[in-house]
Formats: sequence, structure tokens, C-alpha cells
Amino acid sequence: MKYDIVIGLEIHVALLTESKFLCSCATAFGAPPNTQCCPVCLGLPGALPLVNEQAVEYAVRAGLALNCEINHFSRFDRKNYFYPDLPKAYQITQDVFPICTNGYLEYYIDDVLRRTTITRLHLEEEAGKLVHSSGSIVDSEYSLVDYNRAGIPLIEIVTAPDITSPRQARLFLEQLRLLMLYMGVSDTKMEEGSLRCDANISLKPAGSTVLGTKVEIKNLNSFRALERALEYEAARQSRVLEQGGEIKQESRTWDERSGRTLSMRSKGDAPDYRIFPEPDLPPLRLEPDWVFRIRETLPERPLERLHRLEESYGLSRYESTFLVNYADFCQVFLELAEEGEDNTDLANLLMGDYARLAREQGHLEPQRLAGLLQILQEGLITHNQGKAVLEELFKSPLSAREIVKEKGWEVLKDPAQLKGVVQQVLTANSELVERYRGGEEKLWGFFVGQVMRTVQGKADPQMVNELLKGELTQKS
Amino acid sequence: MRRLAELLQSKQISSTEIVRGCLERIEETEPVLNAFITVDEEGALAQAAAADRRRAAGEPLSPWDGIPLAVKDNISTSGLRTTCASRFLRNYTPIFDATVVERVKRAGLPIVGKTNLDEFAMGSSTEYSAFGVTKNPHDPLRVAGGSSGGSAAAVAAEQVPWSLGTDTGGSIRQPASFCGVVGLKPSYGRVSRYGAVALAPSLDQVGTLARKVEDAAILFSLIAGADPRDAVSAGAPGFPVPVWDDTVVRGLRVGVPEEFFSSGLNEEVEKAVKRALQNLADQGAVLQPISLPTNEYAIDTYLTLVTAEASSCLARFDGVRYGERVEAADANTMFAKSRGAGFGHEVKRRIMLGTYVLSASHYEAYYEQAQKVRTLIKQDVARAFQEVDVIVTPTTPTTAFKIGEKRNPLEMYLSDLYTATANLSGVCALSLPCGVDSQGLPIGLQIIGDHFGEELVFQVAHAVEESVGRGTGSEV
Repeated sequence: MKYDIVIGLEIHVALLTESKFLCSCATAFGAPPNTQCCPVCLGLPGALPLVNEQAVEYAVRAGLALNCEINHFSRFDRKNYFYPDLPKAYQITQDVFPICTNGYLEYYIDDVLRRTTITRLHLEEEAGKLVHSSGSIVDSEYSLVDYNRAGIPLIEIVTAPDITSPRQARLFLEQLRLLMLYMGVSDTKMEEGSLRCDANISLKPAGSTVLGTKVEIKNLNSFRALERALEYEAARQSRVLEQGGEIKQESRTWDERSGRTLSMRSKGDAPDYRIFPEPDLPPLRLEPDWVFRIRETLPERPLERLHRLEESYGLSRYESTFLVNYADFCQVFLELAEEGEDNTDLANLLMGDYARLAREQGHLEPQRLAGLLQILQEGLITHNQGKAVLEELFKSPLSAREIVKEKGWEVLKDPAQLKGVVQQVLTANSELVERYRGGEEKLWGFFVGQVMRTVQGKADPQMVNELLKGELTQKS
Repeated sequence: MRRLAELLQSKQISSTEIVRGCLERIEETEPVLNAFITVDEEGALAQAAAADRRRAAGEPLSPWDGIPLAVKDNISTSGLRTTCASRFLRNYTPIFDATVVERVKRAGLPIVGKTNLDEFAMGSSTEYSAFGVTKNPHDPLRVAGGSSGGSAAAVAAEQVPWSLGTDTGGSIRQPASFCGVVGLKPSYGRVSRYGAVALAPSLDQVGTLARKVEDAAILFSLIAGADPRDAVSAGAPGFPVPVWDDTVVRGLRVGVPEEFFSSGLNEEVEKAVKRALQNLADQGAVLQPISLPTNEYAIDTYLTLVTAEASSCLARFDGVRYGERVEAADANTMFAKSRGAGFGHEVKRRIMLGTYVLSASHYEAYYEQAQKVRTLIKQDVARAFQEVDVIVTPTTPTTAFKIGEKRNPLEMYLSDLYTATANLSGVCALSLPCGVDSQGLPIGLQIIGDHFGEELVFQVAHAVEESVGRGTGSEV
């Protein structure tokens, strides 16, 4: 039997606020354990939470970027469970009245624009982190808790179950990550846990409208893991169904090493979180004016930028996609590119050698790169020399023009001087010249090479070609 | 207290002398009373010495600089152990001051010690303390009431001039009534809860106890007003000590709710309260029979909400970060053993009840239903305050009962029958002595005022105090 895959995602995004969600502690990643804590985020008796306005603003910004309705009334709730990394033994979250609902995200799958519904987006607090003495919870003698992370604001984004393939799930998540990055609300690092994704997946007979039993997959630490885990799980469920079995509603964890999902707990074991309204915090009421101001100052979304690069800067989908995915390169591009012109050269430079060097050593000041483009356009150096100048720009403080001057890399522009070189080369290889004239045309490359070597590559290949042509045909 | 302040100002007495007086009185009476969990002799004398230095320099922090107080042991005091009368916290020393503590310290008040209570303020007799029962100064075979039994007894026995307590369903007013002192439960949000260990955050308030109405008002003036650390106190006004004007009684509309004078009310208590009401009428007040029909459900509603919130608030006492830990092989066993060993019976009973009423299958029937009834109670009270200026009732159905007399928890819960309504509706209420019964036990009169209506409540209380011609005890 053929099955349709039904996938819904739950994404947690850590907000990049200066201070925590409910207290004023710092949020920097990687600080020594338990140095960014206070009575509030340690859950000391009597300490009370206070909502960080910046976190609310970021959530609204994310919600607006996802085309959500921003709810002018939302409420906080307590989700109760015991775990050593949860200082108050409850998480402050938004259950019944989330801050944003009913939005969507658009993204491309093979040049086809797709849309996934965002059911809700709500604010909640992050837990601390367990550090196991031997690295794994199973065989550790003891565990330590680092509460630096406890209380960092998170938004949880829940999609409708309208994703139909593992690949689509990955493309959705990649676009969502980019969107959060563009909105400046998160650094979205999956490896540091500032972007996390759980997936729900079920199968139903092709074309059926009745949903199958869903399975939740956790521990998806990369885009690749998401796609692979969903592929594995779709195949597993299909196998179970083919054999006449039933899918159990359960949580499974992705095991990267074995490439399999493993059962964690069944529905019956799911804890009762005893969620009730948070009495320590009044409901969140947003002023329409305040929301309006955030809407007005919303940064450009990645999809909008993609279309702008294509329409206003003459770039292909491939080039635009590269630049949109690497916002830092895009920034360099936009600073140097000219609207309404063909900016392919610039895009190619950025995507080629520049990308390699910049990733290793960080970006150049756009104006220094502009200097290189300038002398390339002037024809002061060849494209090949351009690469060498680019390497130098990353090493030396000099401008492109100064580098060329210092190294003596200016192209030989004087045709008379170059002609002398060409003649010299031909004279020194008169035997080969004869053979060339006798029809051995592959020797052409040798002559070009000799000329270039003589001038240490500083000649415009075009001019060399023309001069050689002239000399070789003249005497025949 | 004004007299004491004058004596301090004119250097006829020093803060050190007052504190020494308190300490001597404590030494003399504590063996019988057990009002304190911790007496901070050293700290109190140091603070008194500092107050005396300020006086000598002519720079007192306030007119009350140097007048000592006692603080209920569920209010955090930096560097001074705060046990909540629980085994679990017997060695817990906060690293921060509650806002109310910060404020009394800023006014120069030395803290003599921390007073006894029912464990985590769960009780009405101070019998449920891990540190022993507090006795009633009027009869040591009887309870002082609770949960602020220590704070009430210490004031009644002249161990300290005034004290701070907390009131979730009557925990200031009921012991004030039993011990014959004045006790104020402020309007919800009027005083910061920051640092007061939560029992039920939607009901908890910190309030004052003293032997005279004016003194309770003065101490209240030091702690009232918005605190940025407690979100629900936003917008709360401060409280200037009133200029006493007993003519406010003239034309005052005094609501007398019939439901508070029905079966279960002790005859002598009823007589004393009615006599006080008659006194008010004689001074020109208009007594108006009113009805608060939902008061019948107040106790059930109160218990449902208080246990629900408490079960969540007390979950943080898990042995991970502070408090008594019982080691075990895994985290869940460690939680269970630590909590099992650290909490007393009543606390466990309430946690279990609260967990039950919040559980998924009972939430609607209990917690949600209680919230609806609470709304009705609020509406009842709001409706009453459209017709009357204050509501006068007995504080408790009986005078102080004997230690060990109430073995059935349900019977104990009924102690809050007349007081819980003020907490559920968020209005303010004060208890003051209005006579004694045939056994010489104090009888308390409750004056309920509208939200933020403390000024009028104090004015009326002052008038009643004058007419009753007694507030038990004299100044130190």
C-alpha cells in the first residue's frame, strides 16, 4: 500500500535578549557554570518572576515575520514537573492564550513556493543544563547542574501537520532558521541548542483524510538529523503497517550513531503537567500602537530579499539563494552592488574565492573589496591576478591598488613593450614557430604560456592573443 | 509608638535599651510561649547600635528608626535563617531580603528575630510547626492562632512592639483576634510579596500586627506601595499614616452581612461584635444588613485554590539547590525522599490535595470550578461595596481554642470561615480586639474595606478602638 506522510514540527528558538526572560541575569553562551544566576532563576523561596519586555518584543517580531495574529491579550501558565534542571519545578509558559496564533511560513521547494501553517507561537522559559560526570546519564556517578541557561526566553513555534515529506520538513526548518536570524531574535545555532526541533510524524493510506497515529521524535540536533530521522521513521511505520501492525503513540529519540529512532516513552507514561494560570504574573496586554511600531520596523524577510536580489540586481535564483543564506555576504553584496545593473561579477567573486577566504578569516571591509573590483574593472590587473590580490587583502592592511603597486602587478599595457616580448619568444623558438605554421596548432598554448611566464603573468591574455596572432600570421 | 519615637528623639531612651528590653522579655516569656524560631540577639543589638549612632548624629532614617520588630519566618531575611517552620528549610539562610524587610530596614527598624508559624503558613493554630507549638499569651493551654501565631503572640506578650506576618486566608487576622492584637491583611497587590515564601500567590499578602491601630498603620506605611520586583503590585499606592478623625464614623455606611452572624458563631463573640457595632451606630454610623450569599462557598473555594497553588509553589523544595536532601541513587527517588523527610503531615496533605485538583482528569471539576466561584465571590463583594463603605464581621467564629482540640483538619479549616472572603476578593481587612469572653480570651472584630481602602479601614478601626477603650497591653 502507498502511504501519505504527515509531519508537524515543534520548534524552540532561544531569544537573543540581553537579559533572561523573567529576571535580569545575563544570557551569554559559554560563561563559567552558575555565574549568570540570581534568586529568581534559581527558584529560591520567595523570588518572583518579572517579564522582560525585550523578550515580548522579540516574540512579537517573530510572530509578525510568520504572518501571525498578535494577540493583545495573552496569559502565562505553569507547567509542573520535577527535573533537576528545572529550578522551580515548573516552567512558566503560555498554554491556553499564546501571544501569537494562526500564521504561515513560505519557502521554496525546487522553485515551487510552498506554505506551511503556523498554528501558534508562545513564550516560555528555558531550563538549566545537566552535566553528567561521565558524559552520559546512564553510567554517570553524579550529575551537576548549570543554571546559566535557566530562564533564557524561548519561543515555541508549532506548525500544522501539513508537511508531507522529510525533505520538506528540512527546507521548512532551514527557512524558519533564516527568518529568525533575519529578524535578529536568535542566533539559531542548533549545535548550541538555541534552535531545537521536535517532529510529529504519522502515515495514512494515500489520499485518505483520516490521520494515522502519530509518533513524536526528539533529539534532532541538525537539519540532517531531522530529515534522516523522519525518513527512517516513515519507513519504519510503513513497515509496521504493511505487516498488519499498529503504530503506538509514543515519543522516540533519534540515535545519530545507529541512524535509528528508539522508543522513549509511550503515551500512557506521559506526565500530567497540571497546567494552571501563573498567579505571579498578570496577563500580558499589548498596546496596538506598540505592536504597530514593531510591525513598521520589521527587518526584511529572507524571501523578500531573495526576490529583491533577483528583480533589482539581476541575479539568478542560485546566486540569490547563496547570498540570502549567508546574510553577511549579502550585506557586503548590497553595499557594493548597484541596483538595476548586472551584478553577476560581484556575486561570483563573493561566492568564489572570497567566500573561502572570508569563512576562514572573517569579512573584509566592503570598501577594500570595492577597491579590488574597481581595479579589475579598470583592467589594471587580470582576473587571475585578482585572486592573488584578494589573498593579499586578507593578509595586509594595504588597499588593492597599493598591493598591486607594491608587488608590481600592473598589467603590461604598452602594446609595443608586449610586442617586443612576443617577438622575443617567437625568435627563441623559431623551430616551433615553423611547426606551428606547418599546422601543429596545439603549440599556440605553449607560445601564450611562454609570453605569460616572461612577463610573470602581468599581461592581459586578450592582448597577448592578439599580438601572437598578428606575429604568427604576418610572417606566413 | 509615637511616644516611643518621641522618647528616642529626645534621647530619653536608646534603641539599644529598647532592644535589650525586648530580648529580656523574650528570655522571660519564650520558655512558655515559643513565639520565635530564631532570636537574632547579636544582629538586633548591632542594628540598634547603628540606629543609636544615627540618632546621635541627628540623622535618623525615619521617626521609627531604632524601634525593633519581629518578622514571620516565611519572609526572607538576608543572612538570617528563614525556615518557614519546616524541617526541610531548617538550615536555609536566604541571600536576599524580602522587599518588606528591605523597607523596614531602610526605616531603621532592627529585626529581633523570626517568628513561629504553621509549616509554610498552612494552618490556623501554629500547631503544625516543626519547631513546636506557639502558646497563647492569654492562656498557654490555648493556641495563638495561625499561621502567623508567633507574630501575634510576640506582640501580645510585649516581646516586640510590632511584627510582620502573612495572610492567605486569615493568617494575620485570626491569630491577631486570638491574641488580642491588631492585624491588617492589606489589599492584594498593595504590599510587595517579593521574598515572602509563597503559599498561594493569588491570595498571599504581607501585613502588619501591633497592639494599637495606629501602630499597625505606621508599620503598614513603611511597607506599602508598588515594587518593581512583584508584578502584581504594579500601580499600588503608598500609604501615609492617616490623620485620625473619628468623625468619619458619622454617616458611615457599615455593612453587616447576615451570613457572618449565623450558626457556628459563638454567642459571646456575637455579643461583643454586636456591641461594637452598636457603638458605631451610636457615633452616627448607619448599620446596613447586607448579604454575601457566596460566602458559604468561600472555604471550599479557598481550599481548592490554596492547595492547587501550594502544590506547585512547594515543588521547588526538591533537595537539588537548598534545603534538606536525602541522598538516593537517582533524581526522582532523591526528590521523593527529601520531600518525604522534609515536610510535615499537613503540608503533604495539602500538596496531595492540590496535585489532585490540578490533575488533568479533575481540573475542570475542581480548580476551574473554584475559579468560577471565586469570580462570583468577587462580584458579591464588589456589589456590597456599592452599597456600603466598610463591612464589619466577627474575625473568627470562636475565641482561641485549646491546643490539640482540633484534630480533624476540616474543623481547622473552618477557622478561616470569616476571613477567606477578603483574600479571595482581594480587598483589605483588619482585625482588632473588641472585648473578651467569660474566660478572659480576646474577641476580634473584622473590618473589611474595599480594594486599596486601607485608610478608611484604619480610620474606622481607630474609632472602634477608642470606643472599646481597650487595646490589650501597653508599650514596652
